[in-house]
Amino acid sequence: MTTIRCDIVSAEDEIFHGNATLVVATGEMGELGIAPRHAPLITRLKPGYVRVVGENGEEQEFYVSGGILEVQPQVVSVLADTAIRAKDLDEAAARHAKDEAEKALANRGEGMDVAEAQARLAEAMAQLQALERLRKNLKH
Amino acid sequence: MAGGREIKTKIKSVQNTRKVTRALEMVSASKIRKAQDRMRASRPYARLMRQLIGHIQQANTEFSHPFLTARDEVRRVGYIIVSSDRGLCGGLNSTLFRKLLAEMRQWQAQGVAVDVVCIGQKATAFFRRLKVDMLGSVTHLGERPQLEQLIGVMTVMLDGFSEGRLDRVFLAYNDFVNTMVQRSTVDQLLPLPPGEALGHGHEWDYLYEPDAETVLGQVLTRYVESLVYQAVLENLASEHAARMVAMKAASDNASKLIDTLNLSYNKARQAAITQEISEIVGGAAAV
Repeated sequence: MTTIRCDIVSAEDEIFHGNATLVVATGEMGELGIAPRHAPLITRLKPGYVRVVGENGEEQEFYVSGGILEVQPQVVSVLADTAIRAKDLDEAAARHAKDEAEKALANRGEGMDVAEAQARLAEAMAQLQALERLRKNLKH
Repeated sequence: MAGGREIKTKIKSVQNTRKVTRALEMVSASKIRKAQDRMRASRPYARLMRQLIGHIQQANTEFSHPFLTARDEVRRVGYIIVSSDRGLCGGLNSTLFRKLLAEMRQWQAQGVAVDVVCIGQKATAFFRRLKVDMLGSVTHLGERPQLEQLIGVMTVMLDGFSEGRLDRVFLAYNDFVNTMVQRSTVDQLLPLPPGEALGHGHEWDYLYEPDAETVLGQVLTRYVESLVYQAVLENLASEHAARMVAMKAASDNASKLIDTLNLSYNKARQAAITQEISEIVGGAAAV
């Protein structure tokens, strides 16, 4: 029986890889069944299950919260998102990040020039190096 | 016994410090392993993404995405700065910040404004004191950073770039080479540096659902996000490695200090005994 290689990965982990006789997923335009020698295809996935039928007919299901499905002659790859993504959700996250920054900026006191900070940092590094040298000299 | 007790107290306190540094060293040593595993686990995603982008570009040479097009004029640049939440990790953060400050100074000298978003407490605390625009910040990612936690700061930067407010976006983090070596790295994130040209095999193209442009856009966004996520993981492994090395040095120093203190304690004790004996002998002779 012909099989097709199937990789399911997310940014955080490798979820599945192995041979399959059929991969079923929910694409943006509807449910897809990918059998070996399917035409090359790329589609966005909707949140849902990806079902993989193995060589001996055993089935495995994986939940993905969206992502991309790519079909090549020999390989099916599912690049799964790790979280439900939508424009408004992303924007809410962005707003949250901005709020965090503003909170941090609220009590920053007087602003420092880049040059000034650079000087201070260099000073601190020099002090560290001096300490290091002192320690080495003490050893002898 | 001159100063005998003071020296004893000092030895005690150094011993306590050594206990703490030893413990921190061991905690970091065990965490490195896990951090490295997570680093490895996230690599296949980036690899598949790169392949996919290569294929799409190869098949559709005619259209290009803003993420791939270099802009001639640079008026404002963005930095995504990855740092640790906690200190006691040697010069890890300060080396990276120093490198960044040098770059930012150059930009400002050219009249280019600099925006930053900070990941991690250390960067947030450091860059908030600077006269640069901090657009976003996320802290306390913990031992298992999730991509979800980073969406906010990444969206700020990616939107800034797509909407034309930023002309270039850089990513600054500590690259984990091995336990002893961590390299402070500043990479250009956007526009994506042109990838190696793939050999033109036979012409083939995908079927796209819904269409090539939308798919390419999403793939590129996810790819950039995975790069940032990867940088966070690299930085985490670097943090633990740097902390382990720093704490080991601190423990060694404490041991050396204890030895020296013990020596002076014994000397002081011996001096006291000698003095007592000579007093007794002197007293006996006087009788």
